[in-house]
Amino acid sequence: MKRIYLDYNATTPVRPEVLEALLPYYRDQFGNPSSVHWAGRQVSGAVEKAREQVAALLNCSPAEIVFLSCGTEADNMSLKGTVDALGEKGNHIITTAVEHPAVLETCRYLEKTGCKVTYLPVDSDGRLDLADLEKAITAQTVLISVMWANNETGNIYPIEQIGAIAKARGIRFHTDAVQAVGKLEIDVQKANIDLLALSGHKLGAPKGVGVLYVRRGTRLTPFMHGGHQERNRRAGTHNVAGIVGLGKACELAMAERESTCARVKELRDRLEQGIFARIPQVKLNGHPGERLPNTLNVSFAWIEGESLLLNLDMKGIAASSGSACTSGSLEPSHVLGAMCVEVTLAHSSTRFSLGPDTTAEDIDYVLEVLPPIVQRLRDMSPLYNCGKVDACETCDTVKKL
Amino acid sequence: MESLAGKRVVVAMSGGVDSSVTAALLKEQGAEVIGLTMQIWDYRNFSAPDGQHFGTCCSLDDVYDARRVAEQLGIPFYVVNFEEEFARQVIDAFCDDYFAGRTPNPCVLCNQKLKFELLLRRAVELEADFLATGHYAQVVHEGERYALRKGVDDSKDQSYFLFTLTQQQMAMVRFPLGGMTKEEVRAHAARFSLRVAEKAESQDICFVPDGDYVRFLEEQRGAGTMDGEIVHVDGRLLARHHGTYRYTIGQRRGLGIAWPEPLFVVGIDAAGKRVIVGEKQHLSVAEFLVDQVNWLIPPPTGPFDADCRIRYRHKEVPSQIRKVDVDTVRVVLREPQAGVTPGQAAVFYRGDEVIGGGWIDVGAHGLRPGRTSSAPAQS
Repeated sequence: MKRIYLDYNATTPVRPEVLEALLPYYRDQFGNPSSVHWAGRQVSGAVEKAREQVAALLNCSPAEIVFLSCGTEADNMSLKGTVDALGEKGNHIITTAVEHPAVLETCRYLEKTGCKVTYLPVDSDGRLDLADLEKAITAQTVLISVMWANNETGNIYPIEQIGAIAKARGIRFHTDAVQAVGKLEIDVQKANIDLLALSGHKLGAPKGVGVLYVRRGTRLTPFMHGGHQERNRRAGTHNVAGIVGLGKACELAMAERESTCARVKELRDRLEQGIFARIPQVKLNGHPGERLPNTLNVSFAWIEGESLLLNLDMKGIAASSGSACTSGSLEPSHVLGAMCVEVTLAHSSTRFSLGPDTTAEDIDYVLEVLPPIVQRLRDMSPLYNCGKVDACETCDTVKKL
Repeated sequence: MESLAGKRVVVAMSGGVDSSVTAALLKEQGAEVIGLTMQIWDYRNFSAPDGQHFGTCCSLDDVYDARRVAEQLGIPFYVVNFEEEFARQVIDAFCDDYFAGRTPNPCVLCNQKLKFELLLRRAVELEADFLATGHYAQVVHEGERYALRKGVDDSKDQSYFLFTLTQQQMAMVRFPLGGMTKEEVRAHAARFSLRVAEKAESQDICFVPDGDYVRFLEEQRGAGTMDGEIVHVDGRLLARHHGTYRYTIGQRRGLGIAWPEPLFVVGIDAAGKRVIVGEKQHLSVAEFLVDQVNWLIPPPTGPFDADCRIRYRHKEVPSQIRKVDVDTVRVVLREPQAGVTPGQAAVFYRGDEVIGGGWIDVGAHGLRPGRTSSAPAQS
């Protein structure tokens, strides 16, 4: 059976160049970079090289890069570490209703400890109104946290403008850039970012390594206490191979991002147009233009996204219904909920996210396989056959598509 | 065991021994097996006071067990999320029942509303020919129709939980373990080296893993003022109680009444906020009403004899069934039984075959539990 992977927002395969770069660090180069002797020295150089590679991609200084285990850790450290370090100033955080659980759940936890959190709403395209942000700021606000790009819809948020607001009001600014790095141009100076989270496995590096960019001079309580690694910002022996791999992946992204993204966008558009041409009653979730070049989130009215995913998988096509970060189960999307997508449409949402290895043949195969599956599921759907088209709210919503 | 070789079969996998062996046997036969697990309850909702671990039928641990078994068998495996439907169709009904003076049986509802409706639909969507589960019962094709029979292992027979099945469902549902004993199933599990071979039996109600259903009800609906009277069947007021939902027919402990003879709960009058108690002989009931009856075979028009089972693991007793209206019957037991409990199912058998079943409506002393929920006011 064909195997087609269209879930790059969940994770990406390790790129061959990355694997080649990191393998020696599982073999001969086994030292602990904190050791003074030759075995440690061999390796510490590699870690510092990776730090430079990451810094170059973000346009920051290598000293501002903290290696850690994943994007979630970087988000947790940003939020909890800020609240702890700036407690005397205040305890108010502003974020959005569409953040990744790594931010949302951390905020919920912080609320239990006495913090106040404002969750900015979004419109039906998933966009923020920056006037809401301005209004939400108080004297107690210690942090603004807005994701760079949304994992489910691919929506891109106006990070530069938000950074400018944060700077003008003297408030620290954190962004979860896990989905943006490698797909968009990232410049932490231009966007006035104080804290930025990124994850290795979303851009061709292995799982288990991430980065928190911390602007020089930012007071942040460490999350992991222990040794003096990472300039006392993050204790724990370095994941050397992962770090080396991440450095290489950033170097590749720097060189190839523009051309890869142009190609991926063309394929994504081919998929999008193909779906809308072949299947009636489909809704695009997210903003048509301000969106990652690789992401397509659509609702096929009348059917369960869950059923569609299972059927696509049976045909070898890997897609997603949104966030893959649960126990493998499928939960209704809080992102589409915040966008006020009608609930049965939200349940029928499906996310295709493309990557550098996606081919035109892959897309054509999906366009061949998908329409009959959708039609078959619709034929079986009690909603599709509800027959009360004039009196039914769901039918009414769908008719407008 | 009927061969399903070459067929696409969805197996409802719970992570337990029975459903794991079901999947393994079908795979061995040459069926194209797909495993599905229902996630029905978010266990984060459940806060054990001491952080104790509970093993029940569908906990997250069991989802992982099911996934491991599927991996071992090399079959596709999916978790489907039915939390919303479970909360609406099973939990709500469970709470309503208790507050209406009934003692509910959520396993029957879960089978009826989730397994053989939603999960079966998922199976059809996956173009499966059959849905198989690890129940100890048998579906037999007899001429034009399907019959539901007891499982061969008398001590494990689960046909009681399956009386809501329709002909349409039975055409697609198979129970490959129905012809086996638990010992044989365990032997198969060992033969397949299934990790779960030694797993303990699941017990209790899966969403009340510590068995403290009173606390569960209060967490769900809030503890309110539902105090009322505990009265003797002869009418004497004996004590006061803090909510009829805390009592079950046949209950003896926790009444807190000094009395020369042991006292039992023999009736619950939720609307009147009364718990009725009596001595052992008052527990016996000879006649009761059963509603929402599902017939697996068309019943005779006049009164007829059948064996009636009034709870899981109850040995069915000879009875006469009299039709009251389209889906209500009066059951007259040849020998009065203790523990006829409104909210539990009454299932009718002829030999090994299930001919129908429904819900016990009027229990001891003619008390008809309220039809509408009388949940406590939020305090």
